[in-house]
Amino acid sequence: MDHRRVAALSHILPFHAGLPFGWHQTMRASLFITCYNDTLFPETGRAVVRLLERLGVDVDFLPAQTCCGQMHANTGFRGEAYSQAKRFVQLYRDTECVVIPSSSCVAMIRDQYAGLFEELGNEELRSQFADLLPRVFELSEFLIDKLGIEDVGAYFPHRVAYHASCHGLRSLHVAERPFKLLSKVRELKLVPAANLDRCCGFGGTFSVKNAEVSTAMLDAKLTDLLATNAEYCTALDNSCLMHVGGALHRRNETMRPIHLAEILASTKESTQESAR
Amino acid sequence: MSGPVMDPRIAPPFPDAALPILQNTQLRKNVAHATDVIQAKRNRLVAEKQDWQELRTSGAAIRAHVLANLASYLEEFEKNCTAAGGVVHWAKDAAEARQIILGILREEKASEVIKIKTMTSAEIQLNPELEKAGIAAIETDLAELILQLGEDEGSHIVVPALHVNRQQVREVFARRMGLPELPDDPEALTAAARAYLRKKFLSVPTAISGANFLIAETGSVAIVESEGNGRMCLTLPQTLIALAGIEKVLPRFGDLEVLLQVLARSATGERLNPYNSLWSGVVPGDGPQRFHVVLLDNGRSEILGRKVERQTLQCIRCAACLNTCPVYRQTGGHAYGSPYAGPIGAILTPQLEHMRHGQSLPYASSLCGACYEVCPVKINIPEVLIDLRAKVVDQERAETKRWFDPMYVGMKAANFAFASAARFRFAQRFGRFGLRFFTDKDGWVRKLPNLGARWTLSRDLPGMPDQTFRQWWAERETGRGKEAR
Repeated sequence: MDHRRVAALSHILPFHAGLPFGWHQTMRASLFITCYNDTLFPETGRAVVRLLERLGVDVDFLPAQTCCGQMHANTGFRGEAYSQAKRFVQLYRDTECVVIPSSSCVAMIRDQYAGLFEELGNEELRSQFADLLPRVFELSEFLIDKLGIEDVGAYFPHRVAYHASCHGLRSLHVAERPFKLLSKVRELKLVPAANLDRCCGFGGTFSVKNAEVSTAMLDAKLTDLLATNAEYCTALDNSCLMHVGGALHRRNETMRPIHLAEILASTKESTQESAR
Repeated sequence: MSGPVMDPRIAPPFPDAALPILQNTQLRKNVAHATDVIQAKRNRLVAEKQDWQELRTSGAAIRAHVLANLASYLEEFEKNCTAAGGVVHWAKDAAEARQIILGILREEKASEVIKIKTMTSAEIQLNPELEKAGIAAIETDLAELILQLGEDEGSHIVVPALHVNRQQVREVFARRMGLPELPDDPEALTAAARAYLRKKFLSVPTAISGANFLIAETGSVAIVESEGNGRMCLTLPQTLIALAGIEKVLPRFGDLEVLLQVLARSATGERLNPYNSLWSGVVPGDGPQRFHVVLLDNGRSEILGRKVERQTLQCIRCAACLNTCPVYRQTGGHAYGSPYAGPIGAILTPQLEHMRHGQSLPYASSLCGACYEVCPVKINIPEVLIDLRAKVVDQERAETKRWFDPMYVGMKAANFAFASAARFRFAQRFGRFGLRFFTDKDGWVRKLPNLGARWTLSRDLPGMPDQTFRQWWAERETGRGKEAR
């Protein structure tokens, strides 16, 4: 049975419409939550689970997971990054597919793992990785490319500005995917921000090592975002959102950061529930 | 006026050098405006080229092929240039290149020399050396002239005076050329520069140039420029010295077809540069009668030997990466403490210094990838930056003082925690406990000590939630288990 059709079907059917056993093969997805979402933004993880289960996906979570190694790799700690990369591959090699609500972690896996394994790994690891790689998805890729869904049945009655995280934009080339998803959210008004392709200045340890320059970049980003008059700023990455959101909070702005998953997980019911 | 320090051996680290610039609102405004203008032109001209990606691929392939066969193409160039009447010199480092050039100038009994804009001469810090030897170096590129008269330093590879605005140029010219009534409109300013330079073109018989490309097949040197000052320096003097990095060679004359297209569009947003000069050796009775080429290594063959970093040498100095870089946009070029600024400078400078200086430069990037996207010869700058960071960290691993660097200690601790889920859970609990002391009643962190203070400089931090995701999941699973029972 074609996964896409099943997913589409379960979407039309009422919430948690239990299709008869054996009638279809449920898509199984293993959630790699990422270390900082796990620690600082668990709400994003809960939203991914809510969203995917609503779409009929069987979500799994391997508690042995920790980090993809991006922070170490990008700061120059290659050996350390390698041990985390190796851990990731060994943990996920038998999963059907891996969903990651962070474009920079996916970029780490796609752009840097091969080089690390080439230099420090063995043939077995390289072949395990080559086998796993096509099954690793960023959330918006998973929804659109794997499930074939643009309309996830979400409801979010707010003005929203989208911030394009650099890794999603230039490494994953997610292109129109987030816009397609957002454009189908009921009552959501998408307001375009200027200079969408310009970095917010986070850059991981860059924000600390070059705090003043990072702040100057953030100032410019905030000017563009605030000009949209949006209530929410959304993105594929909580790392950018933590950066943008931290400055919004410091300046007592009302605009709030929200991960794309949380918007897509919202429904009329959940909105009413949280209002109560 | 003491200018910015542009010698990587003594320049302050990037974050420190950036501080005074971030306070200089005028300079930042000038840089943002200028890069916006150049970028808009570049984007327009790239968009009209339907085969732009194919052109980039060709450009990258030609440059990579050169680097893979550099020795033989250099020998071919030397042979053909010599046959055409040129003299080829080989300089292993900056000091040797300066000596060779000084030697030629002494032989010529030169007291003045006119110069075409050349990054390589800034790299070997030629002008101060000439000054010491009593030879006046006269920059003939308008931007270089502005900087020379204003005792300032270049901040951009293609547009070195990009950080200076029109009013500031007027001030420098009025003061140094003795023209107190000079207006600040572009026509008047260029007319003043023209009058000043014309005398030099007609009277100074010795010139120094760089090279955009060296053609192995014909032994030719190519210079592209916008002002015609280069053409003057290449035709009027009796003696011409061209200084070029060894990586500048191209196999065939025909390769210019690709590279002149991508260079002009990427550098200045033009379909072709206004002046494209190519010359081969000496022609009796026409142009310079004595022609020298100084081929400079200065660390390049070391770069050539490194697998990932080798692509650094593919660079054709278009500076598109500077114009698009969000870091450069805030700091301009002086913060890089090297004639080579921006993303390409961040990877080139420390390597030219044999990784002994400029170690802060590979970190002067948020790794946003905008540079790679625009590079006309597809240099994966983020990839090289990350590799150089690894080299910097490897240097630190050998030092005892690393254990006093909070970043180093933090990275090692994080690595320890990430090695198992149990350790990671403990680190999360420990972190939540520790962060509580800094979390305000409303659940936000506004002030952190040590490295954390670098974050809270301008950003609040949401306090740690009561439950990590994995705790929530575990609870949910337990609940489900009960339901099933």
